[in-house]
Amino acid sequence: MIGRRGPQNGKRALEFPDVGESDEPLLVVENLHTSFRTGRGTVHAVDGVSLTVAAGTTLGIVGESGSGKTVLARSIMGLLPVRDVIKSGTVHFAGHDLTAMEPDQLREIWGAELSMIFQDPMTALNPVKRIGIQITESLRLHLDMDRKEADATAVELLRSVGIPSPEQRVRWYPFQLSGGMRQRVMIAIALACAPRLVMADEPTTGLDVTVQAQILDLLGKLQRERHMAVILVTHDLGVVADRADEIVVMYAGRVVERAPTRTLFAETHMPYTRALVESIPRLADPSGTRLQAIPGRPPDLIHPPKGCRFAPRCAFAQDKCRESDPPLRTAGSPDHLFACWFPLVHGTSTAPSASASASASGDTTIDPGPVVQSP
Amino acid sequence: MPDDRELGGSDASDQLLTNMFPGQAATDEMVLSRETEALESDDILVTKPLGFLFWMAIGWLGLVFLLAVFANLLPLPNPDFQNYSAINATPNIHHLLGTDDLGRDLLSRLIFGARVSLIVGFASVAIGTIVGGTLGLISGFKGGSLDISLNAASFVLLAFPAIVAVIAIVAFWGSSLLKITIIIGVGTIPLMFRVVRASSLSFANRDFVIAARTMGATTPRILFREILPNVVPVAVTFGLITVAGVIVLEGSLAFLGLSVPPPTPSWGNMISEGTANGNLSINPYIMLWPAAAMFLLLLSINLIGDRLRQRFDIREGLL
Amino acid sequence: MTKYFIKRFLQLVVVAFIISVLVFLLVHLLPGDPSVTILGPNDTAHNRAILFKQLGLNKPLLQQYTTWLNAVFHGNLGQSYLNHESVTHIVATGAPIDIELIVISQVIAFAVAIPLALITSRRPNRAFDNVSTTTTFGLLALPPFVIAPIMVAVFAVSLHWFPATGYVPLTQDPATNLHDMILPSLAITAGSIAVYYRLLRSDLISTLQEDFITMARSKGLSNRRIMLRHAFRPSTFSLLAAAGVNIGALLAGTFIVEYLFALSGLGYSLVQAVQQRDYLVVQGISLVVAIAYVVLQFIIDFLFTVVDPRVVRE
Repeated sequence: MIGRRGPQNGKRALEFPDVGESDEPLLVVENLHTSFRTGRGTVHAVDGVSLTVAAGTTLGIVGESGSGKTVLARSIMGLLPVRDVIKSGTVHFAGHDLTAMEPDQLREIWGAELSMIFQDPMTALNPVKRIGIQITESLRLHLDMDRKEADATAVELLRSVGIPSPEQRVRWYPFQLSGGMRQRVMIAIALACAPRLVMADEPTTGLDVTVQAQILDLLGKLQRERHMAVILVTHDLGVVADRADEIVVMYAGRVVERAPTRTLFAETHMPYTRALVESIPRLADPSGTRLQAIPGRPPDLIHPPKGCRFAPRCAFAQDKCRESDPPLRTAGSPDHLFACWFPLVHGTSTAPSASASASASGDTTIDPGPVVQSP
Repeated sequence: MPDDRELGGSDASDQLLTNMFPGQAATDEMVLSRETEALESDDILVTKPLGFLFWMAIGWLGLVFLLAVFANLLPLPNPDFQNYSAINATPNIHHLLGTDDLGRDLLSRLIFGARVSLIVGFASVAIGTIVGGTLGLISGFKGGSLDISLNAASFVLLAFPAIVAVIAIVAFWGSSLLKITIIIGVGTIPLMFRVVRASSLSFANRDFVIAARTMGATTPRILFREILPNVVPVAVTFGLITVAGVIVLEGSLAFLGLSVPPPTPSWGNMISEGTANGNLSINPYIMLWPAAAMFLLLLSINLIGDRLRQRFDIREGLL
Repeated sequence: MTKYFIKRFLQLVVVAFIISVLVFLLVHLLPGDPSVTILGPNDTAHNRAILFKQLGLNKPLLQQYTTWLNAVFHGNLGQSYLNHESVTHIVATGAPIDIELIVISQVIAFAVAIPLALITSRRPNRAFDNVSTTTTFGLLALPPFVIAPIMVAVFAVSLHWFPATGYVPLTQDPATNLHDMILPSLAITAGSIAVYYRLLRSDLISTLQEDFITMARSKGLSNRRIMLRHAFRPSTFSLLAAAGVNIGALLAGTFIVEYLFALSGLGYSLVQAVQQRDYLVVQGISLVVAIAYVVLQFIIDFLFTVVDPRVVRE
């Protein structure tokens, strides 16, 4: 067995009760705010985000670039720089408040219980260190393995992520591997100490399309084997459609819609989410179908627009949308949250005068998309 | 130095500041630029002010320049006049900086001596920049066998012990101000060549140059309109740092008595005179004033060069 | 890998050879010859002809060069025209002084610059960093001919801590030797500290912004381990290149301190020999310096491949 939890010695100060069985979610983020001070003003990159992740499940965080999803992922981990960063809100992970932790305590969790897969394996792997060492250093640090044990475990980890002849590859440098292989190495590093939660930030964006599915399938397989929770951050709703249990859609630093995956696709309430759905290419579409692009650009996060932040780009925006900020609320099912004054119902806007424009777009029913895998 | 980006000083944030991993301080730019693409990139890169020290440096350099240029008009005694009634005088009302072991006024010698450092420093680098820079501009842009041979030649010349060449040439040709300037100026040609060539090469394949070429721009036009404006900041910045190096070289030669012949004062030969004949213990001022002036001059030039480098965003490693 | 090094080595050997030819041509073709110094008042055309015949200077240049090179390959660098001291002896007594000066100064420079850069790059633009960075500007503005007289005035003349001049070989009396060599070594250290510190600091700051550093943090590694094991090595390129240039310049560039502290190292011997047109001494020392330069560059090239395994592949 690989990646098993090593003998815990007395050095470890934090206790981690096995919350897998209890009802308490593994990760609870409440009202998280993250801002950066810049020369031009304060950028509100994450603006009051709350979410939960249960043990062993997958949460997809989806948004355009600039929506604050990467900052959110790093804020949850506590990886952001302290200088010029203003943070508030709480992050509870396995019963511990990460936001209240000392750096030394965080370092005990990072890599061991909570780890991260980065977007670009070329820049995220140290170019001048052999991949073996990059795996074994966390094994030796967190699991107190000796060199020999760590080396053997590294080989097994590489084998488990599908690297051929891992005995030789451990001595290779990142530049000697292809992009897909490098991302497999990164997964091996992130999974080395069998963490409870893995934060995957655009893990396949830098890869060839053919390799993307392989990497995501590998991640899903390892997740099931190890009962690991995964936060999958992506700009591509298609990536999370059949992999996430729940999806959070972010726009301009805020959660604009959050629902179990099947519900989100079946009952899209937020026009922005629908726009994202429409930007997924589908095999069923007749050839020549144009993908729907979202007009405009994400707003300036230093001076966000008044009212709903998506209003300037929204086809259904009303005066009310431009004046007051819609709260995150539920309608119908309690686990479906959205922030919209005039939510779509069965693909049609409930805005007073928008029905005409909505039907003009010729798409009144939402394709539920690929079948959601049951967890 | 005040930093307008500093966080507020509450105890808690101070605690965090000192505890958190600090190398990340610079990464916010990275995260920001990736996460807030909606912002104009120009807005994120806040231009750092040139700063108080920069203007102090400009001020000192300007002062030295003015004094050197107008030295003849100033109410100064002749720098070579030996006043035997005032040998080794300490600073006083007649001799503001004192006199040396031959009774010469140190202030006057210091001001006239500045001419040597400034002329040799700036004029020789001008020679190097014009000749080496032009060659580098063309060589880097054109490539081919011209580039290969010039590049190899510059490599050999830079590996050559320059001091041997300079001393050998000075020894037969003479060491007047003009000759020293020309000799050192020729010596800086391979240096400026390499820097400008590397810069020109890096721009030669940029999209805007290729675009200009496909639109039928002639080679001279591309060189002067597209590449030169981009290379000039590099050449100026590196040239300024070379000026400091050349002033050091001239000072070293003068210290050995190989630069402008006495009694013409230069800071290098003044330091040398102040070091000889037990003057260090009898009258340390002879050495101290030119040493201090040299220190401030080099400091100013380096500071200005560094600020320009930051402003033009040139990597330190390149220089 | 081996191919890369062989190719590089051959290039450098060619450079050393070209330099030796250039030095030869330079001293022989420029007007001026050793007769003035040797003959003094007896410098007549007749005496000069006899002298040139004795020294072999009447032969064609090419023949003079091949004769010299042939002797060099047999381990004979010739002898000084002036005092008949063997050039091999001049090199053998001078080189240890240069080597010692360079080694002491570079060890101090690295010992100061590297830890300082590791500390300040973690908190750029904070008070300590600003003080260090500004101070190094000051060091950059202190060339040997400025700082050495000041150090002599303060430490030797006023405080009597160190001797102003004097040299005892290291093998003869290590304690006295080190004591005597500290001031001259320090005089050539200031600039090195400044250059190394500034380059390493700026490279470290950019390395610390790399994803792989965030990755290392996300593994829970300590700051110390991240700095030393992840950030340092990829940040040493400019430092290595600068060390190559800087030490190369010091190879014959220590003449100021050798002159001031009356040390008979290669640097000042070379300067004197050039002035006196002591051809064989100039050629001999230049050759040794050029070879040392080549060896140095070769070591630096090798260190590049140690620092970054990708270098060899390219």
